[in-house]
Amino acid sequence: MEDTPMENGETNKDSEVAPALIAVHPTQSSVAVAVGSDLRVFDLLGGCAVSLVDDSGSSLHKDSIRAIRYGADGKLFVSAGDDKTVKIWSTESWRCITTVCSEKRVSAVAISSDGSYVCFADKFGVVWVVDVDVSDGNQASVNKKAAPLLSHYCSIITSLEFSPDGRFFVSADRDFKIRVTVFPKKPLDGAHEIQSFSLGHTEFVSCLAFVCTQECLQGFLVSGSGDSTVRLWDISSGSLLNTCDIREKAGLLESKGIEECYGAVTNLCTIPDSTLVAVAVQSLQGIILLSCDLSAQTLHVAKVVSIEGDAFIPTSLGTSSSSGLLWMVTGASNLHDSQYPCVARVKVISGFKESTPDSVEHGSIVLKDNEIPGGEKLLEKLQGRVSFDENFFLTAAEALKTSMSNLLIKKQYSTEKREFRKRTRNDKKLKQ
Amino acid sequence: MSGKETNPTFSKSTGLPRKRFYRARAHSNPLSDSHFPVPVSPRHVDYSVHYPQYFPSSDQVDSCKKIQFADIGCGFGGLLISLSTLFPETLMIGMELRDKVTEYVKERILALRVTNPGQYQNISVVRTNSMKYIPNYFEKGQLSKMFFLFPDPHFKEKNHRRRVISPFLLDEYAYVLEVGGIIYTITDVEELGDWMKTCLENHPMFEALTDEELKADPVTKLLSSATEEGQKVDRNGGQTFRAVYRRIAPSL
Ligand SMILES: C[S@@+](CC[C@H](N)C(=O)[O-])C[C@H]1O[C@@H](n2cnc3c(N)ncnc32)[C@H](O)[C@@H]1O
Repeated sequence: MEDTPMENGETNKDSEVAPALIAVHPTQSSVAVAVGSDLRVFDLLGGCAVSLVDDSGSSLHKDSIRAIRYGADGKLFVSAGDDKTVKIWSTESWRCITTVCSEKRVSAVAISSDGSYVCFADKFGVVWVVDVDVSDGNQASVNKKAAPLLSHYCSIITSLEFSPDGRFFVSADRDFKIRVTVFPKKPLDGAHEIQSFSLGHTEFVSCLAFVCTQECLQGFLVSGSGDSTVRLWDISSGSLLNTCDIREKAGLLESKGIEECYGAVTNLCTIPDSTLVAVAVQSLQGIILLSCDLSAQTLHVAKVVSIEGDAFIPTSLGTSSSSGLLWMVTGASNLHDSQYPCVARVKVISGFKESTPDSVEHGSIVLKDNEIPGGEKLLEKLQGRVSFDENFFLTAAEALKTSMSNLLIKKQYSTEKREFRKRTRNDKKLKQ
Repeated sequence: MSGKETNPTFSKSTGLPRKRFYRARAHSNPLSDSHFPVPVSPRHVDYSVHYPQYFPSSDQVDSCKKIQFADIGCGFGGLLISLSTLFPETLMIGMELRDKVTEYVKERILALRVTNPGQYQNISVVRTNSMKYIPNYFEKGQLSKMFFLFPDPHFKEKNHRRRVISPFLLDEYAYVLEVGGIIYTITDVEELGDWMKTCLENHPMFEALTDEELKADPVTKLLSSATEEGQKVDRNGGQTFRAVYRRIAPSL
């Protein structure tokens, strides 16, 4: 089964919807949103929209962007997706330093801790690595060649992360697998030494993040999944330390019933220098904050921050260190029959201040639009418009559901179809 | 095993299942998914199902005895049966993608257990796609031997990634093999033989066994003689190409 996406590498494009993505610069000097093929960046220091400069070709991305992120030191930014290109940007000039071509569509990206390598995963489950040569400053060096790093056999990779100490490289896939690989000295020769597999999820793994504090610099891995759990791992052994079922706590159990992937975890984001993890859940209007007890090695729900009024279900989350803000976006591209072809909605939750890193009791309030850094100018740039009617949110929520099913859930053949496939198989024919 | 006498799928003379009732497609596409259960992690593998004499109930999961040999793409199971008596205290498993073939091997082992009381308790078979699910069955360094006998050749360049020996999959095999563990490969297809040897030779965590070591290893001669495929090649006077490598610690 499931021959289509893996064998042909391409699925039916018309049915594909790309959820909106958000990324925040590590010191919050800028914020980026991707919707469809559109990449939007707002410069918070300068208080203005950024115009991206790409000398390599006429247009920027030509198809849906599937992954964006800043490097840990904030110097680089990477965007990649269905147009089979990976663009590496300088965050100083917002010029595209390198465009890397991939044979297949790109599903995830990561930047090594020292900023010298960019890794990306393609639709065949292969992770590639490129050496980022920033020595020639802002000159665009076009069409760098990527070397294969590792492969998850024929499963789409959903997330890539470097461990905070840079020693390990973590990759998660649609087959509930998390692989922890020693990041080698010469990554261009491949990453052959597997440290562990973190196995325990029973559905696709959708997102990874590290909880990392001053006291615990090597960090602990957390992962979110379609099985409605967030899990805490010791990556050096692959041991599952704790499982947090978010469905019950989020009050999702009694509501809409058994709709498919209703409680799937869609995105995770750890709040820097704290032990908090913000979790976006399919169909939840708001986020769940989990608190991680690093000495007891447990995860528990600290608070559910719901967003009143609008049906705002975040598609992506982002933070920066010590800004105390959690950025959220909802939206999707390729909405057919929609008046919102490429619109996104941005919201911000405040209250994660350094002084009270782990106490979420009093803090965490959803900011009003005019309280968001960058104000209306930022919203106009990142959202594509300033105000929305109610329909937008319904459309966005619907789109998110479609995209989750398309991206992450295995194609389930109907019973009828399965019977047909069985009957037409050669081994059965022989017998009958 | 009830109704064996009247069951035409079992031979009356030997009590063993007849192969012709378990014919299957010659080749499966290992990249496509099927509907078979996969253990969530190696700790979820129920040893009592596979080795009931060693594990009378399923709640002794943390027993120290673990599977040590894996025959990947075991086909009709000839190798397992030869190894079973050669290493009677070692647990081994065959992994096979085709369900009919897996069923055949299962019945074959059960029949052997009945006709040879106390024997063949250390071998079993599981239907799975080894290219995807090896880490679900074995922990790091758990295996001491892995066998890849007469794997499907997948001649076309674009199908090379379906081959069970590939640079990427060797990373996983290196992970489940203990340091010093051995990977055995053999084929009658020269091109595939070269491919497997080249993949192993270029991998930083494998080194070739010397000719002396190969001669001293009782398993070597089984490679070309123990399996159904090997016997077929032998009957037709075909040449075979072998590559046997040891898992070594990666150099720092
Ligand atoms: C040519 S046969 C060889 C069988 C056996 N080793 C022998 O020597 O007689 C190759 C076997 O590998 C099985 N196979 C192919 N790909 C596989 C996979 N990904 N996982 C498990 N088995 C696989 C096939 O179904 C087939 O039975």
